[in-house]
Amino acid sequence: MKRRHTFLITMLCFGFAFFYIPILSMIVYSFNASRLASVWGGFSTKWYVSLFSNKQVIDALILSLEIALVSATLATILGTMAGIALARFPVFRGRLLFSGLVTAPLIMPEVITGISSLMFFILMAQWIGWPGQRGFTTVTLAHITFSMVFVTTIVQARMLQSDRSIEEAAMDLGSKPWQVLRDVTIPVIFPAVLSGWLLAFTISLDDVVITSFTTGPGSTTLPLLIWSKVKLGVTPDINALATLMVSVVAVGVVIAGIVMNRAEHRRQRDEQMAFRANG
Amino acid sequence: MTAAGEPFLRIENISKFFGPFQAVKDVSLDVAKGEIFSLLGGSGCGKTTLLRMLAGFEEPTSGRIFLDGRDMTGVAPWDRPVHMMFQSYALFPHMSVEKNVGYGLKHERMSADEKAARVREMLELVQLLPFATRKPHQISGGQRQRVALARALARQPKLLLLDEPLAALDKKLRERTQFELMSIQQRTGVTFIVVTHDQEEAMTLSDRIAVMDKGEVKQIGSPGDVYEFPNSRFVADFIGSITSFPATILARQDAQLRLSVPALGGEVLARDVPGLNEGQDATLAIRPEKLLISKDRPDEVNAFEGTVKDLAYFGKDSLYRVILRSGALVQAHAVNARRGGEAARAADWDDKVWISFAPSSAIVLAE
Amino acid sequence: MRAKRLARWFDTKGWSDLLIAAPYVWLVIFFLLPFLIVVAMSVGTKTPTAPPISFGGEHPWVSLQGYVRAVTDTLYFRAFITSLVSAGIATVLCLLIGYPMALGLTRVSKSWRNILLMLVILPFWTSFLLRVYAWMGLMGRSSWFNEGVTRIWNAIVPQGWAVDFMPMMHSNFAVVLVMVYTYLPFMILPLYASLERLDPTLDEAALDLGSRPWQVFLDVTLPQSIPGIVAGGMLVFIPAAGELVIPTLVGNAASPMIGRVISDQFSSARDWPMASAIAVVLLVLMVGPAMLYSHFQAKAEGAK
Repeated sequence: MKRRHTFLITMLCFGFAFFYIPILSMIVYSFNASRLASVWGGFSTKWYVSLFSNKQVIDALILSLEIALVSATLATILGTMAGIALARFPVFRGRLLFSGLVTAPLIMPEVITGISSLMFFILMAQWIGWPGQRGFTTVTLAHITFSMVFVTTIVQARMLQSDRSIEEAAMDLGSKPWQVLRDVTIPVIFPAVLSGWLLAFTISLDDVVITSFTTGPGSTTLPLLIWSKVKLGVTPDINALATLMVSVVAVGVVIAGIVMNRAEHRRQRDEQMAFRANG
Repeated sequence: MTAAGEPFLRIENISKFFGPFQAVKDVSLDVAKGEIFSLLGGSGCGKTTLLRMLAGFEEPTSGRIFLDGRDMTGVAPWDRPVHMMFQSYALFPHMSVEKNVGYGLKHERMSADEKAARVREMLELVQLLPFATRKPHQISGGQRQRVALARALARQPKLLLLDEPLAALDKKLRERTQFELMSIQQRTGVTFIVVTHDQEEAMTLSDRIAVMDKGEVKQIGSPGDVYEFPNSRFVADFIGSITSFPATILARQDAQLRLSVPALGGEVLARDVPGLNEGQDATLAIRPEKLLISKDRPDEVNAFEGTVKDLAYFGKDSLYRVILRSGALVQAHAVNARRGGEAARAADWDDKVWISFAPSSAIVLAE
Repeated sequence: MRAKRLARWFDTKGWSDLLIAAPYVWLVIFFLLPFLIVVAMSVGTKTPTAPPISFGGEHPWVSLQGYVRAVTDTLYFRAFITSLVSAGIATVLCLLIGYPMALGLTRVSKSWRNILLMLVILPFWTSFLLRVYAWMGLMGRSSWFNEGVTRIWNAIVPQGWAVDFMPMMHSNFAVVLVMVYTYLPFMILPLYASLERLDPTLDEAALDLGSRPWQVFLDVTLPQSIPGIVAGGMLVFIPAAGELVIPTLVGNAASPMIGRVISDQFSSARDWPMASAIAVVLLVLMVGPAMLYSHFQAKAEGAK
């Protein structure tokens, strides 16, 4: 006899309704001709048209993507280095402080990270004359700092799972440690590095609080633009923007799902092949 | 070139500490060129640490290793002409079989053609040519083991280290692979150092065996020596099964020892062992297959009467547990040479039998 | 010759030193140093200069004014309480909704499970700000959602209690609701991870020994999922307690939360010592219990 889970299934349905009704509502109203949220004024795509003709939005989007691209890439390089170091070197001078520095940004409230970065940049400008102006550079530096630790967490977890002896094997076959890193370690953990990059990219693209503290005049990212608009209340073109963003993410996630599913099938096929080879 | 009389591999007074724990205690060994030499022992006996020091992954705390006359102290793993076959095989999961085998050749000054030819040669040696483009997860466990072997041999090492080479294979495959390993060793002439916990594996594979316990080498010798002439109770117990009794040495006569063995209820003649004195307490040890069982009194000095308490039929042989008059329990194997099933066996439950052994089969140990 | 020695140093030791040093130095400069600046600023004195801070001179070198006000001024005290209580309620609600969902996820078929997990993660990849914004649209006085809730309310309460619309926006209720909405995935995922690892034969063993399903849940499932509960709880509570975006957009300006107080003190009042002192107190309040927990956790592990 199979046990039934009526309660659990009900909770799942309720939970997913909770997750998706606000988003669906936003999508529906992005096609509303009326400016008022409560009145259905007929189907219209005018908010999309106004969105794409808004140079501010396009500029902010480009700036956000630029910052996310640069910061995610540098955060991935630094975060991967830290993850490998923490997983591979159980003892080195200052390791305790290092592992603290790698976890602290994860639990630090964003407001505090924001004001501490801003005070740092202001005082630096005063003491050594750098950074002369806050904007792209300061935002990118702050994003690298707090997104690299997410990459470190992912890479470190992956490293701890991987078989140490393949690195020893490469060294045994004549590779110096840095060659081992290039030929074996990084290719093996590459999926983790890639998902670290993706996470860092999303975090940077999504950040409001730290960006709002570290940016300067003329450097408005997309979240900052949305932030300044929604502080004033609900506006229909934000519905349109949200719909576009949700669609892009959904398409991305579905494609990722299909790719992963294929990889799983391939793995199963390979296992069967190995099994036949055995026989 | 190896100078005459110089061993190919010399391990000199090697010790290794991990913090306060001494994993390897003052080990000295010589290995000749082209030998298959096994380090045999239970887990934690220091054999793997010794192997890792040969590969260069660990530095000895004290002592030195000479390979082909060259002091290996301070030589990095990647600079050593020593390659290892890992217990987990440690194949690179993202590279094909041929890339795995050719990986070490990256560091050799060879043309691309020469490298390709070497990879082919290695794959032929282990009969994996048809699988060259497969990835490690697309081949079977036995094939992976052979890829690991080909990869370690591709750079023509002076010394090949094999860490539990057969442990991950199932029983059938293990027997076949054992002979393959030996034939590949003969064809390539590379010196093999094998680490294993499996005494059968060590016995069949090796030219010589070093039995290790608690970081020390207990005995070094050919499989026959170690089996027939163990020098300690540890070695006697570890290799094969053995029955042992406390004994006292009464006298030395005609190159034999006369012992008093109260558990057997009498005196025993045994092969002489130098270094033992009259009156000294010792241990008499006998391998079960050296004990003969018969219904009539045999023509042998070391013969004792008893009753069959228990017997187990294994097909090719039977195990008897016999209670002697003295009350001691001994185990004896008897080969079932004649067909006829259980009816044809030498004795049955509660039968009166004689247990006997030749003086040359009796092992006398000092402890 | 020197190049050769450099190459040898790099091959043996240098590579690992550089591997550690690069992220280490980065974090020291861009994380530790700014954090130490916050601590230093918290004992400074506010001045009308730029930057608006001073140590020594006519002012004391170390001033504890900021700390004294942070713990005595009722405005700040209430902000702390509002933040911690809101974050606490949001955490409990996330647990109450998230636990059955996570448990449900472990009970559906494998193909369904992957799709549903994707649906849990999907909102996480969309913009945080837009998820808050979605609720602003729903809670607004003229939205279909507010109208619907108002109608239900008017139908069930006595005549005198009837309202024209539900005053949902700009309230602590709104803050908690949106916190639950935005942080729920952070509760579900660690819970699912810890529940998925459980051995289903343990459940069967308990049922076989005569326990009712709810007893099995209390005796077997719940105790084993405590690490997941703690992890999920911290992932929700810590960011919620310091939240700035949600209270600013949907919160009640009359009873601000602590994240907003820090931001206002810093940007509007330009009172760096005050903002820094509150930040340090908040960190002690939040990180303190987490550190105590991991200390006792480590001790318990050691005792085993």
